[in-house]
Amino acid sequence: MSWINSIDIESRFKLNDIDLEDPNESKLFKFIEFDPQRAEKTAATGYSYWKSTFKLFFSKKSSRIVLSFLCLLLLFIIIQPYLPNQKDPIQIFKEGNAAIRNAKPNSEFLFGTNAIGQDLWARIWSGTRTTLFIGIVSVTVNAVVGIIIGAIWGYVRKVDKIFTEIYNVLNNVPTTIVRMLIAYILRPSVSTLIFAMCLTGWLGMAKWIRNLIIIVRDREYNLASRCLGTPTKRVITKNLLPQLISVILLDSAISIPDIIGSEVFLSYIGLGLPASIPSLGNLINEGRRVMMVPTQTYQIIFPSIVVAVITISFYALGNAFSDASDPRNHV
Amino acid sequence: MELFKYIAGRLGRSLISLVLILIIVFLLMRLLPVEGYFGDRSDKLSDQTKQMILKDLGLLDPVYKQVYNYFKNIITKFDFGNSISYYVGKPVWSIIAPKISYSLKFGVASLVLSLIFGVSLGILMTMYKGKLPDTIGNGYVLFINAVPAAVYYLFIQFLFTKLLNIGMIFDENNPVTWILPTISMSLGGTASYAMWVRRYMVDQINQDYVKLAKAKGLNNYAVMTKHILRNAFVPMAQNLPASILFTISGSLYIESLYSIPGTGGLLVNAIKVQDNNLVQALVLMYAVISVIGMLLGDILMAVCDPRIKLYSEGGVR
Repeated sequence: MSWINSIDIESRFKLNDIDLEDPNESKLFKFIEFDPQRAEKTAATGYSYWKSTFKLFFSKKSSRIVLSFLCLLLLFIIIQPYLPNQKDPIQIFKEGNAAIRNAKPNSEFLFGTNAIGQDLWARIWSGTRTTLFIGIVSVTVNAVVGIIIGAIWGYVRKVDKIFTEIYNVLNNVPTTIVRMLIAYILRPSVSTLIFAMCLTGWLGMAKWIRNLIIIVRDREYNLASRCLGTPTKRVITKNLLPQLISVILLDSAISIPDIIGSEVFLSYIGLGLPASIPSLGNLINEGRRVMMVPTQTYQIIFPSIVVAVITISFYALGNAFSDASDPRNHV
Repeated sequence: MELFKYIAGRLGRSLISLVLILIIVFLLMRLLPVEGYFGDRSDKLSDQTKQMILKDLGLLDPVYKQVYNYFKNIITKFDFGNSISYYVGKPVWSIIAPKISYSLKFGVASLVLSLIFGVSLGILMTMYKGKLPDTIGNGYVLFINAVPAAVYYLFIQFLFTKLLNIGMIFDENNPVTWILPTISMSLGGTASYAMWVRRYMVDQINQDYVKLAKAKGLNNYAVMTKHILRNAFVPMAQNLPASILFTISGSLYIESLYSIPGTGGLLVNAIKVQDNNLVQALVLMYAVISVIGMLLGDILMAVCDPRIKLYSEGGVR
């Protein structure tokens, strides 16, 4: 097989220069060391995957709007405590001796106050900061770990058996036990929560990547690559992962709302963040309790709106970027 | 024959994993603070009584002896022990069994609903990509993902029980009260099936085989369902058996909202009251389900797409 590759384009051009009657054939054909990188260079030139992705992404008006909106939102969340007239999210406001409980939204408290008299505006932005931080960090860690392990698990048949069993073991230890143990050993805090979410979160991503890789690993073009002697690492990074980036990105983008959801769940079963650290999960859970009191519905509506806006922007961003990153849309 | 060998080998290896899972959970439960076993009574009991209780539960034995006794009872008598704090003295399976039948009924009903509506919505969205059905479908998917489930479940219960004038609480003898929980439970599944069906189908739509199918004169509907959907369904086929089996784990929110005596939240509650035997039995049950679900998923994936090979046949690696 390999002699087909060894006829380099250059040596073919040289045919004209050489007298054909020359009996010295060793000048005509010579064996060249096989070089996998060079073998793949015969593909279209000047194509860069990430360049095309970003070009396609920024060529759409809707994706530019979503991206700038998210950047502005992030910027606002970061600088909000330093703006003038901002209140402390955990301070209880009093009028005389009585706390200002359940005050409706007014010019003093833009989003009103909660059941013990804290400013909901400050709490919501502080909570968004906490929750987004938890979400972004744990989704990134989960994605990186999950992709690396999932790719190896899916592609290398020999480790499939072992990895499947390790997955079965780890996946079936209930996360609630692990989280209770962590809550018992470490104090509940933001970093503890991130640790707990990363400890088990990558499993789902790894299994999912494994399934996707199994689907494409035996396709003809991978068979061809393998026949040409391409190393496993290169097949995974150049042949398989670019195919999957679109789905991986979509999944990561919608995982951030998922993290908010699981935070609500953790608060619901009493293993979430303590009330002194506001988070969207805490706020929604607090709001749920007073949801049926018509005069206090604002306490659930405002956090829900923030969650909805964040979810929608990440979902739209994920969809736009996954469309742009699909190599089949590039040419 | 190869397939049977493959399945037998996998199940054999899974048996080892199951034992490992049980041991890990067993040890993790023993790591939790002992105060958990006394619950609210913790302050009132004297140290002596506490030691007596622990001794009765066998918790003062060395851990290896506890593990040995537990497995001996399972193997010789198929006895998983009695509940120690959730429902004191009742054998664990008699607690779990009646709850499963409730969760299973609701779970399967809502899964069937989500599959029917989700897949058809996904196909519609792909067929009319960029037109009105696509926009409506995307709006629905966005709404379900954007609003926390805990909030819209409560909203649905509140609104529809008032509008339709039916009871808020589940009543076994009144089939009308079964409708709302089932529908609320299926909303999330519908959205996610629709989203992924659309995503994978759009990925397939530019492939050559679709052009061929159209060129040989197949109508749009047949191309969509017979050719594209089958290919688009492969990535989802892996999870389908597991999701069917896992309906027995119930839904915590729905079951607590409508007071359905199902399994949702049973595991969480059992862990919270540190009911070791109940937790271990539940974990074993869920582990068996997930092992079987994953195996069935792999087989279903290979059935949907014959190019996928689960075990090596000659030249593949």
